[in-house]
Amino acid sequence: MKQTYLEIISNKPLTESVMEMKLKGDVSTLKAGQFVNIKLEGLYLRRPISVCNVCGSELTIIYKIVGKGTEQMSKMQGGTLDVLTELGNGYDLSLSGDTPLLIGGGVGVPPMYYLAKLLTSQGKKVSVILGFNTKSEVFYENEFKALSANVIVTTVDGSYGVKGFVTTAMKDIDYSYFYTCGPEPMLKAVYKESKTLGEFSFEERMGCGFGACMGCSCKTIYGNKRICKEGPVLKKEELLWQI
Amino acid sequence: MADLKVNLLGIELDNPVIPASGTFGYGYEFSELYDINVLGTFSFKGTTKEPRFGNPTPRIAECTAGMINAVGLQNPGVHKVIEEELPKLKKCFNKKVMANVSGFSIEDYAYTCELLDKQEQVGWLEVNVSCPNVHGGGMSFGTNPEMASKVTEAVKKVTNKPVIIKLSPNVTDIVSIAKACESAGADGISLINTMLGMRIDLARRTPVIKNVKGGFSGSAIFPVAVRMVYEVASAVNVPVIGMGGVSSAEDVIEMMLAGATAVEVGAQNLINPYACRDIINDLPRVMEKYKINSLKEIIKGVRV
Repeated sequence: MKQTYLEIISNKPLTESVMEMKLKGDVSTLKAGQFVNIKLEGLYLRRPISVCNVCGSELTIIYKIVGKGTEQMSKMQGGTLDVLTELGNGYDLSLSGDTPLLIGGGVGVPPMYYLAKLLTSQGKKVSVILGFNTKSEVFYENEFKALSANVIVTTVDGSYGVKGFVTTAMKDIDYSYFYTCGPEPMLKAVYKESKTLGEFSFEERMGCGFGACMGCSCKTIYGNKRICKEGPVLKKEELLWQI
Repeated sequence: MADLKVNLLGIELDNPVIPASGTFGYGYEFSELYDINVLGTFSFKGTTKEPRFGNPTPRIAECTAGMINAVGLQNPGVHKVIEEELPKLKKCFNKKVMANVSGFSIEDYAYTCELLDKQEQVGWLEVNVSCPNVHGGGMSFGTNPEMASKVTEAVKKVTNKPVIIKLSPNVTDIVSIAKACESAGADGISLINTMLGMRIDLARRTPVIKNVKGGFSGSAIFPVAVRMVYEVASAVNVPVIGMGGVSSAEDVIEMMLAGATAVEVGAQNLINPYACRDIINDLPRVMEKYKINSLKEIIKGVRV
């Protein structure tokens, strides 16, 4: 963990409720699947947001406006943020195999981007499934395509791309390993549908974000783990889901 | 040169700042951030006889100037604490640590304290009779003077180390409980644990915390804590450790004026992992501002 100050370079909407913020500073050591924890004026707890991309000294985060904190963030133009960085374990890229599949749902899409960038740069043949409810919620399709990944967009209502859930698209893809992030019902569906080993990125309400308060613990086959410290990425084989 | 030293029940502390139990783990993880030997001491994560996962998540909720937690005493159990956590701590902390203990029966408390009493690293036992997040234990011992004194007596029988009883603010008369603990042999009193609170998610119309209620902490509770520390310190003759919403060097001095010999810092560690180090570094400046040469001299110094 590192405490640092990051400068806001840009902050723009991607959809009606999803924003992309670019920050500049000491971020080059951040890993795919890690998160940052942002202090906001007048709010007590920091706001944990996943790493979407790192490019030199530039960090991209994508967040959905859901409450007071993200509402406040959405109005920011310029200035600096007090941020704790290098939080969480991140994805294990060494296990990807040659044809990894990345599955992101809604605001679970952003952490897949940096992962896709790193894996494609290693010469892996990456497939990406991006799941949304409807066409107006779709973001980052072109960014993923620019990484020369095989990109499939699904929408629940069929208004764009493949009609259905991310698992609908999973059936037609051959993959060596998978990485996924999204709402828990989606993660459970992916768990059930998946034919290989893989990694799941979890969300939980956090107090500190760096392992001190035990607020975000979960049970795994290896015992109790803190989502913020030993997570947010857990491996398929350690989950205790009975599905 | 500002003198930050205080004496807590026979052990001299370099300064009165103590990270509170449940906000600092077993210490060693914070040593990756700064040298934790700058602390007066710290109170380690509430430890019970058996390992505990605690309550189901979500168990954290944000509030104005504070937070609610319903962790429910997650800890690896006293045996693992002794075998694994204390040895790790020893590598990065050369001072005495405060052992925080909780239980679900008087026998539990005595069992855990007896084992921790034998640990040379442990300087004090802080006995938590005030956890609001567990059923059939914790706070139920601290809301009744008779039960609080029974726990105190049982723990005193198994240890020669100073016993500090940590009290709950969720009572109508905290002074009567503090006095009962003092009569039963408590060497010190620490207060306040968290205040019972609740938040509701408007969109879902459900409690934010899965366990419905939890312990409210953070700077919002500071005035309540100062008042209770003042009341208890005025009524008992044993040293008092003040805590509850402390987040600055000024707050430390205010707590000491109210009657605290040492001061614990809790939730602030969670939003600023360097909080205790920063407060210690800032104390000389604030002491100079208020013309304080020695912190010892301001304990119970409020002029009423």
